[in-house]
Amino acid sequence: MKLSISKILAVFVSLIAYASAATAQDFKPVLLYDIGGKFDKSFNEAAYRGVERFNQETGIAFRDFEPNSETQYEQALKRFARRKADIIVAVGVGYSVAVRNAAQRFPDIKFTIIDGIVDLPNVQSITFKENEGSFLVGMIAGMTTKTGKVGFIGGMDIPLIRRFQAGYQQGVTFTNADVDFIENYVGTTPAAWNDPIKAAEMAKSQYARGVDVIFSAAGPSGLGVINAAKDDGKLAIGVDSNQNHVQPGSVLTSMLKRVDLAVYQAMQEARDGTWAPGHRILGLPEGGVDYALDEHNASLITDEMKARLDDARAKIIAGEIIVSDVAGSNAGH
Amino acid sequence: MNAAPKISGVVSAIVLPLINLVVALLLSGFVVWLIGEDPVAALGFLIEGAFGYEEAIGYTFYYATNFIFTGLAVSVAFHAGHFNIGGEGQAMLGGLGLTLAVFWLGDVSPLLAIIGAIVGAALFGAGWAYIPAVLQAKRGSHIVITTIMFNFIASALLAYLLVGPLQRPGGQMPESSDYPDGIALTKADELLELVGISFEQSPLNVSFLIALFAAFAVWFLLRRTRFGYEMRVVGQNAEAAKYAGISVPKVTVIALMLSGALAGMMGLNELLGEQLRLIGNFTLGYGFVGIAVAFMGRNHPFGIVLAAILFGAIYQGGAELGFEMSKITRDMSVVIQGLVILFAGAMPHLFKRPIDALSARFKTRGNV
Repeated sequence: MKLSISKILAVFVSLIAYASAATAQDFKPVLLYDIGGKFDKSFNEAAYRGVERFNQETGIAFRDFEPNSETQYEQALKRFARRKADIIVAVGVGYSVAVRNAAQRFPDIKFTIIDGIVDLPNVQSITFKENEGSFLVGMIAGMTTKTGKVGFIGGMDIPLIRRFQAGYQQGVTFTNADVDFIENYVGTTPAAWNDPIKAAEMAKSQYARGVDVIFSAAGPSGLGVINAAKDDGKLAIGVDSNQNHVQPGSVLTSMLKRVDLAVYQAMQEARDGTWAPGHRILGLPEGGVDYALDEHNASLITDEMKARLDDARAKIIAGEIIVSDVAGSNAGH
Repeated sequence: MNAAPKISGVVSAIVLPLINLVVALLLSGFVVWLIGEDPVAALGFLIEGAFGYEEAIGYTFYYATNFIFTGLAVSVAFHAGHFNIGGEGQAMLGGLGLTLAVFWLGDVSPLLAIIGAIVGAALFGAGWAYIPAVLQAKRGSHIVITTIMFNFIASALLAYLLVGPLQRPGGQMPESSDYPDGIALTKADELLELVGISFEQSPLNVSFLIALFAAFAVWFLLRRTRFGYEMRVVGQNAEAAKYAGISVPKVTVIALMLSGALAGMMGLNELLGEQLRLIGNFTLGYGFVGIAVAFMGRNHPFGIVLAAILFGAIYQGGAELGFEMSKITRDMSVVIQGLVILFAGAMPHLFKRPIDALSARFKTRGNV
């Protein structure tokens, strides 16, 4: 019995060695998702699309990992750092402290964190101006509402999500000063990202109070809001990825946060040697945020709305419209 | 032979859990095969990931440390006849007590802070078990209901504190500030370096030794002290214990508080050993897995240590499996862990009858 186990073990060790030699390549990129899962149709899936594009264009295989809990952030980072990954991209503000710890311990490894800021010589931090994108979808909500009431449902109540709300609210009032505004947050812990049932209840409650458009910045929980919109015959606004297709006709638009672009760029730069540490902000001018327009919502966005949106976009880029931000939403570690 | 033959202690303690484990692994292999991966290769990754190199061994024993604490906690209560499924909440409160002690004593002296942390973890864990214990002992409120409810309260309390007064400045997640510099339990690699052995860096730390000592202390308490005897009598037959003059409420409360203290000390490994800050849900279900560990270890401290190492290996090997095989997602590794828990922990006597019969036949033949 003992002999056979060690034999099996020996076979596997050699198998593993063979497998890794066969797929050996010079460049090893790693992508770490946030809690919520790879195919959340939202934030993490956007990151996945970025690494997929990198994979298709370069043919370079990548490794990715979905953590179960916050305590796995650091284990995953250190594990891939120890195995000499060429670039480790971690998506999600939750990774901030874990990336700091791992980057201090492995100063030779390149880390890119998306949504968080870590001030170390081997860390690139990429954040988005979600408030600018939210401003545009806020305008769409303000121009669309017939009841004069719009809603917002946030995932976890943190300054980052408050920033979505601030931009959205400003965008709504920019087009329609008399609109009533209702907001709800799913929770205060990371579990709030993964609770579509509670988010759907909140959405139904808002719709029952007369709201006809809800913007949800809640990751996978937002799918509950979109389903509630479909059930109640109202409208929802998706977030991060283009969610227009999830319930065509019930999704007014989606606030695009181009996490895919950030992931793709970080990996490309690491590959061709132009990767640099520091903080980079992706807003409207950089194409980091936008609203989604496709065949699923073409009938909901009129030409007149488009014209006003283009005008506002130009003014934001030119600095004529200042979209307010939320204090503490970009604190460094 | 008139009476039905009973299998020997060795067979029931070692052969039965092994058979359960093998069946669980076979079923897991089937699931792995169903999703289109090679089950034999998966088992290889699992073993390699758990024991194949020093860092993996470090991680395996690091996870095992959590399971020793929570497994012992379940077993101490079980010996007194109670089913403490509040290990999760008691561990959370233990982590809170530990963190408060570290922040309170951190400026005074690191050594004092660490001693304070150990005491704080045990005290808060015991305190959280005290209320359900008293409700059970004095009012007959069922301990299963109260402890599981206290898990929710603990989780909500921790979330409240970590997005409020204890949240790290500028932080967005439910986590506390970092512990002051130098306040951490010594890591295994640092410890082994002192005696001239080099060991790869891993989260394994001295709390493993504390856990082993706790296992010994539990054995000593149960088998070599008067109170331990009283506990076992209460557990076997509370009426008889009462008749013999043992104060059942007192024994119940103390046993459950000891149980809570052990669960609370889990934070030593997870927080003071590795994370160095209080994180919202650092307990991750270890408190519940402790139930399976205690059952698989047959409520004997030594068995619990062995079962904890097995579960540690499955956790670590399972995580490595997720890293290595892309089709094995995190949900898949939960399925595999669940199967092992189901067979090893929840149905320990599934194969008792066939084994009984087999060993009986074997014995008769031996006699002839």
